[in-house]
Amino acid sequence: MVVIIDYGMGNLGSVRNMLKKLGYKSIITSDKDEILNAQRIILPGVGSFDKAMNNLKELNLIEVLNKKVLEEKTPILGICLGMQLLTNGSEEGKEKGLGYIDAFAHKFNFETKDKELPIPHMGWNITTLNENKSFNTTEEEYRFYFVHSFAVTCNNPDEILFETKYGYNFVSAFQKDNILGAQFHPEKSHKFGMQFFKNFLENS
Amino acid sequence: MLQTRVIPVLLLRNNELVKTTQFKKDKYVGDPINAIKIFNDKEVDELIVLDIDASKNNTEPNYELIESFASECFMPICYGGGVKTLEQMKKIFRLGIEKISINTGNLESYDLVKEAIETFGAQSIVLSIDIKKSLFGSYYIYNHAKKRKAKQTLDQYLDDIDKLGVGELFINSVDNDGMQKGYDLQLIKKVESKVSMPLVVCGGASSLDDFKTVKDNCKVSGLAAGSFFVFHGPFNAVLISYPKYQDLRTLFGE
Repeated sequence: MVVIIDYGMGNLGSVRNMLKKLGYKSIITSDKDEILNAQRIILPGVGSFDKAMNNLKELNLIEVLNKKVLEEKTPILGICLGMQLLTNGSEEGKEKGLGYIDAFAHKFNFETKDKELPIPHMGWNITTLNENKSFNTTEEEYRFYFVHSFAVTCNNPDEILFETKYGYNFVSAFQKDNILGAQFHPEKSHKFGMQFFKNFLENS
Repeated sequence: MLQTRVIPVLLLRNNELVKTTQFKKDKYVGDPINAIKIFNDKEVDELIVLDIDASKNNTEPNYELIESFASECFMPICYGGGVKTLEQMKKIFRLGIEKISINTGNLESYDLVKEAIETFGAQSIVLSIDIKKSLFGSYYIYNHAKKRKAKQTLDQYLDDIDKLGVGELFINSVDNDGMQKGYDLQLIKKVESKVSMPLVVCGGASSLDDFKTVKDNCKVSGLAAGSFFVFHGPFNAVLISYPKYQDLRTLFGE
């Protein structure tokens, strides 16, 4: 069973819709027992970092997530803010992240005024696959829909799955063992998003 | 790099799709779910769906309709029309809508937008402005629900919006709406320099050349249009269309 974590933030319906289209049943829940039984976990997220971490704390979900992800090695996919929550933290907030991946989220910072681009990074952008990583592809080029003002940098380059350029390169997806993070919204990225979900759902 | 978005705008009136001309006369276009399914199949970048009577009539959003088209879309949708409370917004987001557009709801007081940004995040909120040109050639904000000029000047309002920090600004030229004579470049140039968030422009597009003209001369994030995507030919026969992905990339040199 695929469990989509409901912690009061994120486009849960859209994720479920795409999974349904791909033929996967999923449940949207914050119930610990249901999460403990999950074979795959999706952590969506739209909003601010601290509010998200606090919601997870208030719902007592951090322990069960640690158990599933770190002990049982249940595959987890963090989407957008959800991806940032999997890291050590974000410039956006004061709370620590879950720390599953050694990475951090910084606000987009363009060096000089003439290089300034609108924030948030909003729209379709291309992702480049890290040569050393595997990803089942069906298209020549991958693009996804992004909406974010904070971007992730990974301290371990081996954990970078995709990079994307907006002024400069940032990590648009990371992967380490059972942990996968996507800065973009695969549930809103047509066939590209579907292929990304397939990779997550079908790989052991 | 980030690609320029090309976005169909669909107008809802009595749960049907219509297309207006200068915000007046409307022509029936078709069933919204059908049109949205077609746009989804054509892999459009994004969709904007606006209920054009909700504000004026003070009606609640049609959640059932929203749910049915949200479930058909694997690209982002921005929904707008008479949204006045956080409760409504919460419901709409839960149905699978990515962004909500606020237009007249921000003209009297900025409180709703401020609270919405706090609660849902700036990236989920689009500020929408309808703009008209006066007889003397100056631009002013048009409140389409009350059919009158807004109290703020355009310059003042743009400053305020930039400070509010919404995720995106959507501007619509009332004079060019449905006229299919091209975008109002002068207006776009005036607005682009005053805001730091992504800008989406609408009103007047009739061809790919119109898109290119704006892109070549102005700093915009997205090009929106109504007639261009739903009409075809000199007699405006209804035909849902969307340019091919490669053609758009070639057009914009991306």
